[in-house]
Amino acid sequence: MTVPLPGHAVSNLSRVDTPPLLQVDNLSLEYRTAQRVVRATHQVGFEIDRADRFVLLGPSGCGKSTLLKAVAGFIAPSEGQILLEGQAVEGPGPDRIVVFQEFDQLPPWKTVKQNVMFPLLVSGVLKRPEAEERALHYLEKVGLGAFADAYPHTLSGGMKARVAIARALATQPKILLMDEPFAALDALTRRKMQEELLLLWEEVRFTLLFVTHSIEEALVVGNRILLLSPHPGRVRAEVHSHQYGLGSLGSSDFQASAQRIHRLLFDEASVPEQAPDLDFGDIRIAY
Amino acid sequence: MTTTPVRQEYEVQLEPLHSVPLERRLPLAQRLWQLGWLRKAVILVLLAVVWEGIARYQDNDLLLPSFLQTAVALWDGLASGELPAKVGVSLIILLKGYLLGIVLAFGLTSLAVSTQFGRDLLSTLTSMFNPLPAIALLPLALLWFGLGDNSLIFVLVHSVLWALALNTYAGFLGVSETLRMAGRNYGLRGLRLVLHVLVPAALPSILSGLKIGWAFAWRTLIAAELVFGASSGKGGLGWYIFQNRNELYTDKVFAGLAVVIIIGLLVESLVFDNLERLTVRRWGMQR
Repeated sequence: MTVPLPGHAVSNLSRVDTPPLLQVDNLSLEYRTAQRVVRATHQVGFEIDRADRFVLLGPSGCGKSTLLKAVAGFIAPSEGQILLEGQAVEGPGPDRIVVFQEFDQLPPWKTVKQNVMFPLLVSGVLKRPEAEERALHYLEKVGLGAFADAYPHTLSGGMKARVAIARALATQPKILLMDEPFAALDALTRRKMQEELLLLWEEVRFTLLFVTHSIEEALVVGNRILLLSPHPGRVRAEVHSHQYGLGSLGSSDFQASAQRIHRLLFDEASVPEQAPDLDFGDIRIAY
Repeated sequence: MTTTPVRQEYEVQLEPLHSVPLERRLPLAQRLWQLGWLRKAVILVLLAVVWEGIARYQDNDLLLPSFLQTAVALWDGLASGELPAKVGVSLIILLKGYLLGIVLAFGLTSLAVSTQFGRDLLSTLTSMFNPLPAIALLPLALLWFGLGDNSLIFVLVHSVLWALALNTYAGFLGVSETLRMAGRNYGLRGLRLVLHVLVPAALPSILSGLKIGWAFAWRTLIAAELVFGASSGKGGLGWYIFQNRNELYTDKVFAGLAVVIIIGLLVESLVFDNLERLTVRRWGMQR
């Protein structure tokens, strides 16, 4: 796992000596169906540093969403451990806020502003006036200040995704977990949201764990990409992508990286003529 | 194979659109027809006209008093204070039974969403008792609680509880996994999760359960009073109907039935319609 990949530049980021923010050791996850226990990931390990934009990338069924849910605390590991700032993760909590793919993650009975205030109030972090102030601040950041009193059902898909991001950032979590947040959006909106997410990161420097099945999205959004093998998910490689942004789309370096990742994911000897961005559906994991 | 000719490209410079109004009002007739209460009033007037016609054709006051005769009897009953007093007696008992039923249904469903035992308990009890007509329990209730309000409240609770619990539980089950996970992500669990997430998210089902429960309770109460009217010596609306039938005041019987219907309509249109308008319809959860 620590063998440098051939043909790839060594990271030019200076090595940080502080301990990692999130440490995942030897993590195996299993989920239960009525008849059997299915192993979703097998002995996965990675470390996320502060202000990383860490991407989990893999084909459908590689357990990347399960991995994210385990970090969020929804699934208990059957082997290994998850440490956040050295503390083992036990159950869900507001220090790890999840942005889901589904639009119905916003309670429809709350206005946009109330939605952003919701986690602040129920977790008891802030009193109502401060929560309102902070909600408006983050809504302003994602460009939805004018829609503070609108109900979610009146918003477009992209706007709902922005509200979810504002809500997550407003709680100022130690790590932001995003589970294919833009997969349900149309291509133009998705591009716009990736751009806005990167701008927000430039400004706030949050730590991000981002799950996607799109190689292109992984290269654009992430600075480090963890490649997972098909079912059950095992670590195939870790790749740097800090040199790419939205501006590098279509450049030859970018294409080469995308094709290398595709080869690593699917263990193909030669590069097929296929477009690397296959539209995998993700498995919804019931538990 | 013929090639299609290439069309000329063009661009249009768009000026701000001022010549056409962006909004227009609908014609008066259409706007009036949009008013629900007006449409329903028209239906009621039509029914009254048909009733009046049939009664005059029949020309037998004892079997079928006309609409106008009933209206006079109703007015006399209201003016003399006899009907309002009976209605008051009935409504107070009804509200007691209804509220107690709601509290018990909420407790039972909260237990059902949080434990396997509660689930089994709820499904077994509802399948046992839901088909059992509440009025069939009245003789037993009289035996247990004696003559008085308590027997009526017992059968009322029975008529509200199962319908409401079944609807509420179905509503809880229908709450999306994403919304639940979002709630748990903010540290909500147990009763707080039920109150903050499940109840509002299941409100469409809960409201329809409340409506069904209301109708069941109202119907059970009138039937119970008919069978066993002056439980506490005062007697309610059902007793009024029963007494007047014995004395062959058919117009008063009709007046009593009309009051039952009118109260049902008022509760439906004033209480439940407004509840729905202020909640689920405003939130875009129901059309």
